[in-house]
Amino acid sequence: MTTLEKDSSSNESTVSTGTMLVKTGLAEMLKGGVIMDVVDSDQAKIAEDAGAVAVMALERVPADIRRDGGVARMSDPELILKIKEQVSIPVMAKARIGHFAEAQVLQAIQVDYIDESEVLTPADEENHIDKWKFTVPFVCGATNLGEALRRIAEGAAMIRSKGEAGTGDIVEAVRHLRSINKEIKMLATAEPSERFAYAKKLAAPVALVEEVARLAKLPVPLFCAGGIATPADASLVMQLGAEAVFVGSGIFKSEDPSKRARAIVETTAHFEDFDLVAKVSRSLGDPMFGMQAKTADIKLQERGW
Amino acid sequence: MVVGVLGLQGDFAKHIDILNSLGETGVAVRKRQDLADISGLIIPGGESTTLSLLLDSQGLYDDIKLLLSDRQMPVFGTCAGMVMLAKTLIDAKEGQKTFGAVDISVKRNAFGSQIFSFEKDLIVEGIDSGVMHAVFIRAPYVVRVGSSVSVLADIEHLGERHPVVCQEGRVLVSAFHPEIVGDDRLHRLWLEKCVH
Repeated sequence: MTTLEKDSSSNESTVSTGTMLVKTGLAEMLKGGVIMDVVDSDQAKIAEDAGAVAVMALERVPADIRRDGGVARMSDPELILKIKEQVSIPVMAKARIGHFAEAQVLQAIQVDYIDESEVLTPADEENHIDKWKFTVPFVCGATNLGEALRRIAEGAAMIRSKGEAGTGDIVEAVRHLRSINKEIKMLATAEPSERFAYAKKLAAPVALVEEVARLAKLPVPLFCAGGIATPADASLVMQLGAEAVFVGSGIFKSEDPSKRARAIVETTAHFEDFDLVAKVSRSLGDPMFGMQAKTADIKLQERGW
Repeated sequence: MVVGVLGLQGDFAKHIDILNSLGETGVAVRKRQDLADISGLIIPGGESTTLSLLLDSQGLYDDIKLLLSDRQMPVFGTCAGMVMLAKTLIDAKEGQKTFGAVDISVKRNAFGSQIFSFEKDLIVEGIDSGVMHAVFIRAPYVVRVGSSVSVLADIEHLGERHPVVCQEGRVLVSAFHPEIVGDDRLHRLWLEKCVH
């Protein structure tokens, strides 16, 4: 990162890339939109044609990662580059928690956002990536306010509630969104003198706790992920305070991905127009079959801290 | 005065905040009936391909096109808004429509991937104090301007200068996002010159 300095010798001032404003700026532009997991350029095209604001390029959607087991790593850069060639919308890709070398590769191939994701097998059980060192912005998952603030302290420019990826069960996404927003409300109404105790309890920097108390929201956009399978799921999480949604397995593990993708895009834009949600929800074919999150052998949401 | 902000996707809420802080009434436009009482329209940043699709599915595209051409509705577009208001696009997605409200040709994502997004101070003609802190997010720039278009700001990229703020009649377009830093000067300029 460079600092902005006015160059007195000409009319051109310094250009600053990779600043927090530039990183959160892209997240601002994605608000009200749907980010879709895609595993090849054909799916990427279907997603873009259906109105996705961005795609997440990966080798296997979370439901398949669950089924297959093994170690889930960053995708082949070749796959990501092919998807980048296919679409004009932003392309995101996942790095393992703490695997800064994977993130360096993803930055080198110029992905637009990196998801430091619990869906992949963590590379470091203590430390997340130092995201301030990167020009590319990062999104990270969180199950509660403390976790969200720790990720922001590490340089994340967008938070997504984790949910339980690959299940098609919305219950964990709801739990996490409600938890984050409830804690923000409590903090915003607390006495200023109580903020230090909050910082201690949340295991988050005091300065960030102060900022959240002042704004009564996170200082970066809050999106929702993990378990969205229907238009009504998208409407639910948007009404609970999500500013955009990630849909992983929910689209391409359904019977008619194109139609379902389009319906979720329309719903996310008009999440409080219940007549519209009803209309686009009709005859979408089967949703992903899914599994109850509580029966999942591996709880992806427990990865990271 | 009621000013609409296309509220389908993107950072429309920030435009509404700026309008309200300037004593106007900013309202989100999501349906055809939302266009009824507005005296001007802002098209915000967002993804232009998504916006096009959502405009079409609500029947808003044709209504807005008519408002802009027949009724000369004042309009201000930032980033994706600039793309959507341009007469022609370079590298348009197949079938992507624009309103053609301003006689410019625009290149989408002209600076490349997000790692090339940037902020910088920029001289803008016609605003108080002349310098704006401009934030460019996967921004477009203008590669051709018609003879009746005024260029209010330009920027150098790879040795060539490209317009980034243009005005033609009641239409103002900006490749960067004054709304995300809460700078209301371009909004004021548009309201004073194009709306009131």
